[in-house]
Amino acid sequence: MSAESALSTPHSNVREQWQTLLELSTSEVFEMMLGTQLKRSDDAENAIASEFTAMVGLAGSLCGVLSLRCTAEAASLMASKMLGLAPGEAEQQSWDAIGEVCNMIAGNFKAKLAGCGNHCMLSVPTIITGADYQLHSLADGGTIEVAMRFDDLLIWITLEIHS
Amino acid sequence: MSIKAMIVDDSSVMRKIVERSLRQAGLDISKVLEAGNGAEALGVLQTETVDLILSDINMPVMDGIEFIRQVQGKTPPVEAPIVMITTEGSESHVVQALQLGAKGYIRKPFTPDQVKEHVIPLLKG
Repeated sequence: MSAESALSTPHSNVREQWQTLLELSTSEVFEMMLGTQLKRSDDAENAIASEFTAMVGLAGSLCGVLSLRCTAEAASLMASKMLGLAPGEAEQQSWDAIGEVCNMIAGNFKAKLAGCGNHCMLSVPTIITGADYQLHSLADGGTIEVAMRFDDLLIWITLEIHS
Repeated sequence: MSIKAMIVDDSSVMRKIVERSLRQAGLDISKVLEAGNGAEALGVLQTETVDLILSDINMPVMDGIEFIRQVQGKTPPVEAPIVMITTEGSESHVVQALQLGAKGYIRKPFTPDQVKEHVIPLLKG
C-alpha cells in the first residue's frame, strides 16, 4: 500500500493498518535499541501531562509530524536504557534520547509504507520540555495515535497527517 | 588490530550506542573520536587520522552526504572506510552516499550484529 493511495482511500481500514504499522515501528525501535518490549495500552484516553515531547517532520509523499510524548521519568528511563546506565543516571541525556527514538520511529514507519521511503524526507528532531503548552496543528489529513506501555510508563506516539 | 574510529551524529546518545555496538562487535578500539555534524568531523580530520568513520546522514549544519563529498575531495585523501548509519532509509540517499564513496549502509534501528556484519569486512579488506 503506497502512502499516496492510502491517503486517498476511505479511512477506517487504512487507519487501522497505519496504526498497526506505527505500533510495530515503535516496538521494533524499543526492542532493538533499548532492549525493551512494549505493550499496547488502552489507556490512551487517560492523558497525563507529557513533560517531554519530541517531534519529527515528514515531507514529500507523506507530509505530517510524528511526535512522541512521555513523562520525564519515561524519557530518563529511555536514555538510561540506550546508554546502558542505571535508571536515573542519564537524566541529562533525556531530551537527546527521546529525540533520537522519535527519529527512528519516524524512519522505521516510513520505511514500512511501500512507495513512501524513497519519497519522504525527515526533519531533524525538535524536543519540547515542560508540560504547560498546547500544540495547535493545521493537519487536515487526520491523526493516528497509539499508546504503549514502556516498563509500566505510558508513552504516546502520534502521527498528524497534513497531506 | 587496534583501530581509531570516528562517529559522526548529532545525537550524543546515538554516538555512545554506536561506540558500544563497535565494542560488542569485538573490535579493538584504541580511540573513539566524536563529531556532532559533518563540519565538526572535517575539523577532526584536519588533525587526526582514523581507521573507520561511521556517519549519520540527517544532521544540522552539514549533513552526511555533504560530509562524504568533502571528504572525497580532501588532499591527502582520507583512507578510512565510511559507513552511513541513519534513519534516512530512502534509496536515493543510499545510492548517493555509495556513489560518493561510502562503503556501507546501516539503517537505524540496528542491532550490534548488523554493525558487526557491515564493519568487520571493511577492516579486514
